[in-house]
Amino acid sequence: MTHLDVRDLACSYGSEKILKGVTLSAEKGEVVSLIGPSGSGKSTLLRALVGLTLPSAGEVRVAGKAVDYSSRKSVRELRSQLAIVFQQYNLFQNMTVMRNVTIAPTTIKKRPKAEVEALATELLARVGMEAKHDAYPEELSGGQQQRVAIARALALQPEILLLDEVTSALDPERVNEVLDTIRRLTEEGITMLLVSHEMSFVREVSTRVVMMDDGKVVETGTPSQIFDSPTHERTREFVGMILKH
Amino acid sequence: MFERLLFEAPDFFTYHNVVFLLEAAARTLGMTLIGCTVGFIAGLLIAVLRQSANPWTLPLRVIAIAYVETFRRIPFLVIIFIVLYAIQPLLEDASLLTIATIAICLVSTAFLSEIVRAGLESVPKQQIEGARTLNFGAARTLWYVVLPQAWRVILPPAIAFAVMFIKDTSLASHIGVVELTFSGKMFVNRGFSPLLGFGAVLVLYFLLSYPLSRLGTYLEKRLDPSRRS
Repeated sequence: MTHLDVRDLACSYGSEKILKGVTLSAEKGEVVSLIGPSGSGKSTLLRALVGLTLPSAGEVRVAGKAVDYSSRKSVRELRSQLAIVFQQYNLFQNMTVMRNVTIAPTTIKKRPKAEVEALATELLARVGMEAKHDAYPEELSGGQQQRVAIARALALQPEILLLDEVTSALDPERVNEVLDTIRRLTEEGITMLLVSHEMSFVREVSTRVVMMDDGKVVETGTPSQIFDSPTHERTREFVGMILKH
Repeated sequence: MFERLLFEAPDFFTYHNVVFLLEAAARTLGMTLIGCTVGFIAGLLIAVLRQSANPWTLPLRVIAIAYVETFRRIPFLVIIFIVLYAIQPLLEDASLLTIATIAICLVSTAFLSEIVRAGLESVPKQQIEGARTLNFGAARTLWYVVLPQAWRVILPPAIAFAVMFIKDTSLASHIGVVELTFSGKMFVNRGFSPLLGFGAVLVLYFLLSYPLSRLGTYLEKRLDPSRRS
């Protein structure tokens, strides 16, 4: 069964249409990357999927079950299966690294504290942040904060992980540490939908690449199809432009 | 002049007068504490209400905005008189102190709700979105994420307001509440030198407000995240 199924999803801010009917899907364990120019609606798509921006039309199914974004219960259930990591990390500034990772599982999911802390310790080690349990976000570099944010998302044991330009706000030398973390996750079979401008990374980890432009999907294919033999002019233009740099 | 002060001092600082002054100071402090506590809690509720986007709360939000905008614009003394004449027919045995305290709560709620609102709005939207996507409801987002971060924006002006408010409670003397300013007037009416009567009042106002200012400075430093560790 298709793990994440998006059909004709539309979204607008006021009178401006940002998404004009997006259709895409991800099978279990797939890594689907969204590429495309700024303003093409990639981030809006991810925000709509987690219910931060209300879609105006279309359908989203997670493991076959339709999501009703107007129902609080349905959105709550959706968010327990699907986690998002933002470009600006969004770590809680008033909490330590450990608390950031453990707060949702303990206070929202009501899981035993000791168990969650053990999981968090393991996750923080996996993202290379084991030495920083008691640090506050502002004491960390951007790359470190982003790795904690990934650990925080994973602590909820999501089935699908959305990554929204997670390296765009980082110093160039911090990009790789975050990409390495994501690379390891792709090997663990978690379904991922990621927006990224790191084309060589996209090419390496994706099972499928979705090219978006102007609120629509232009083309979908395997990385080699998209990067080596794109069929649409717009994809060719975009890929050519990016790879030249 | 100083000779007169020295001459009157033994008569002024009698046991009864000192107790009278301290009781007046306690009324001033009590009105301020109750006013600021009630004002803070009610102000917090109003600020949170005004942030909600729920269509069901729209009428309440309109009332809250009308209340805040009106009460911040009426002179405090006028509010005291309005409360006096509005409450007396309803509660015949309400004491003047009660009436003044109600007026104080009405005004402090309006002002503190604006201070709290500014604090809540200072928390970046991303923090709230982060909480939402982790399935925090509105109450948990407020309690765990927004309030702890809004605190350091709220506290300095809230304490400055309380310090200012200690002085403003003197207006309650106009309806006959025996607080510090009123006690000063009474001593002068009894023939003591104004310098002595109001001088004692001045010292007591200072003793009430100075520790509060110090507390404010201390909390400001403690809440500053760059000095946390």
